[in-house]
Amino acid sequence: MMATYDPVIFSRILTGLTLFVHIIYATIGVGVPLMIALAEWIGIKRNDTYYLLMARRWARGFTVTVAVGVVTGTAIGLQLSLLWPNFMRVGGQAIALPLFLETFAFFVEAIFLGIYLYTWDRFKNRMVHFMLLIPVAIGSSASAFFITTVNAFMNTPQGFDWVDGKMENIQPLLAMFNPAMPTKVSHVLVTAYVTSAFCLGAIAAFAMIRGRKHIYYKKALKLTMTAALVFALASAAIGDLSGKFLHEYQPEKLAAAEWHFETSDKAELILGGILTDENEVKFAIKIPFALSILAGGTPDTVVKGLNEVPEHLRPPLRASHYFFDMMVFIGIYLTVISLAYVIAHRRSRKTGKPVSRLLLWGVVLGAPLAIMAIESGWMFAEVGRQPWIIRGYMTVAEGATTSAHVDTMLWMFALLYALLTFTCVKVLIKMFKHNPAEDEIIARGIEGGHK
Amino acid sequence: MSYELLGITILWIFLFGYLLVASIDFGAGFFSYYSTISGKRHIIHRIIERYLSPVWEVTNVFLIFFIVGLVGFFPDAAYYYGTALLIPGSLATILLAIRGSYYAFSTYGSRDNRIYQFLYGASGLLIPAALSTVLAISEGGYITEQGGKVSFEFGKLFTHVYPYSVILLAIVSVLYISAMFLTYYAAKAQDEPALQVVRKYALFWSLPTILASLFVFYSIKGHNEQHFNNMVNNGWMFVMSFLFFLAAVWLVWRRRHYGIAFVAVMLQFGFAWFGYGKAHLPYLLYPYLTIHDNFTNPAMATALITVFVLGLLILIPSLFLLMRLFLFDANYVKGIKNDKGGKGGQGNSGATKA
Repeated sequence: MMATYDPVIFSRILTGLTLFVHIIYATIGVGVPLMIALAEWIGIKRNDTYYLLMARRWARGFTVTVAVGVVTGTAIGLQLSLLWPNFMRVGGQAIALPLFLETFAFFVEAIFLGIYLYTWDRFKNRMVHFMLLIPVAIGSSASAFFITTVNAFMNTPQGFDWVDGKMENIQPLLAMFNPAMPTKVSHVLVTAYVTSAFCLGAIAAFAMIRGRKHIYYKKALKLTMTAALVFALASAAIGDLSGKFLHEYQPEKLAAAEWHFETSDKAELILGGILTDENEVKFAIKIPFALSILAGGTPDTVVKGLNEVPEHLRPPLRASHYFFDMMVFIGIYLTVISLAYVIAHRRSRKTGKPVSRLLLWGVVLGAPLAIMAIESGWMFAEVGRQPWIIRGYMTVAEGATTSAHVDTMLWMFALLYALLTFTCVKVLIKMFKHNPAEDEIIARGIEGGHK
Repeated sequence: MSYELLGITILWIFLFGYLLVASIDFGAGFFSYYSTISGKRHIIHRIIERYLSPVWEVTNVFLIFFIVGLVGFFPDAAYYYGTALLIPGSLATILLAIRGSYYAFSTYGSRDNRIYQFLYGASGLLIPAALSTVLAISEGGYITEQGGKVSFEFGKLFTHVYPYSVILLAIVSVLYISAMFLTYYAAKAQDEPALQVVRKYALFWSLPTILASLFVFYSIKGHNEQHFNNMVNNGWMFVMSFLFFLAAVWLVWRRRHYGIAFVAVMLQFGFAWFGYGKAHLPYLLYPYLTIHDNFTNPAMATALITVFVLGLLILIPSLFLLMRLFLFDANYVKGIKNDKGGKGGQGNSGATKA
């Protein structure tokens, strides 16, 4: 593979790498504003200064991650044209609208984030400051919405006529509101909220494990875990709908995820296992009827198998299956942990006993796992669409650049991302280690919250 | 006005917006670093930081807006420029990334980290250099298409005079625009010591700006005669530009009306920018791509322009609010209302009362 230079391979790796890095910051960028908004709103409503402090501290850390999110987002924005000029030339005719809208959404987010960060005590009415956050939260979620519609379009393209390798008679709104859009967008949004809730919750849980006893941390955990539970349940429901969408519109993706070869009803869901070279599934947990139910709601649903898809149009089977499974397993884990915490919190309030350390560790572990779930979800989404860049119309190879030196660029960007992530983590740790919540509570003269 | 012309005009306006806000930003980064070396940091740093902190994120968006819009309206631009500009485009991206993130790292995290400041200051001069080469490339002679394969002759950039003149102008203008703005901002803050320093910067960089502009004029004649002749035909715009330059420098020299002086700077660059752009049309890339080639379909053009108008309805009030709070609010500018929600890092966050 390395013997001859292939710009397609390197373009794929570089795009994959940029997205791999960007999606972490983007997810935080979408989810955390909502969490900040919740904290500030509760703080104002209950006149509880701890929640206000929470919002302040989260916002401060958020700014640093936003910076990296912005620059990696700029990178992917440019790489779309630099690495996939043919895709943009053809597809640009249909997807320019959401891309354009995304910049507006981001514009609004950037403006109001700047205002929000520097106006904490500038208004007499605290609600005014809270209101400034709403455009930030809407802007970041809207960005995710628009960009995800582009990805949805790549999966289920519509809204144009395909004439001689070109898109004509474009209907921009139809292209945007394609069949993959509703499940994809909602899945991206709610999982970003879950992940962000877990990342923030993990910080509080870690502090408690390290022996911090301040009520501030308990409040932070209660808020984040409650939010995580709500959104985890929502993502489970949307996940179910996504299965039904795939069954209807992208059956080969569902079949690849589930190693489902023979078209049949009463299809079984396959968990884990290995696939032999003869396409036999071994050592897997098989749940009878479950795939049919996921696909159509009833055991009688006939699920299309891979044998109906020509081999050169099948997505990579092993990668699809493992990424899919990882996403699902972690999703279940996050739901269980957040539910367990919400129950444990109620119990500890009655009995006065603290929540067990094991459960706190479970929350801490949830943060990296949630990010892994996001990564595997996207990996599955992208790998499962192969070999297409615009499903049914243009392959990945056709969309890529023909430029030399993509390999050199790959190393340069790899270095850049490593440097940015390293410094970002270093700065974040420094910011909060040197200024723990307890110190800030004293420094700001907060005597006590509502409770 | 045709859709094509409307589209490119919108994009050109946004790129002009980027030119202004980014120049202020890049130049300020450089001055900030330079002041550290020359021992004047304590005088001008606060002024620079107070302006930059709330607005840095907005700057990037102008550029992204232009690029996304260009590809949206003119999908072939993605094909030609995208294929050809892999290396300079990637380098510019990396520089932008370093600059954006290290600004945040040094402002919100490690206050006095010299390396962060250096990265931030140096990238501010390298980015305009990298981005302005794209303007040079658009004049033709560097990108060729043969047998459906687009290639870019990187080496030629170094052997021609024209790219050097553009880069020179870009860097000098960044410093000039930025110093002019900071002069206004310092005057607004009534910060006399800072004003003395940045006013000198502004005057110092004014003459090089005009010389570099003339140099570009001269070298474009040798590089792209057609463009040059078009520019001469629109000569009045460049004359206007020069008159506003004189007005701006005269006002700063006489120490009065710094606000009007900066407006004159904006007009100086506005006339030159649109004169240059108008003369460049209809070409996006000599001689391959004009605004009429493979322009996006009418449905998409209508959609994009509709969105643009609706977007402006949200954007203009938002930008106005931003400027009102941080640019025109005398108390903020003077540093009287200056809470940043606590700045973390060195534990100096307790300074403000919750």
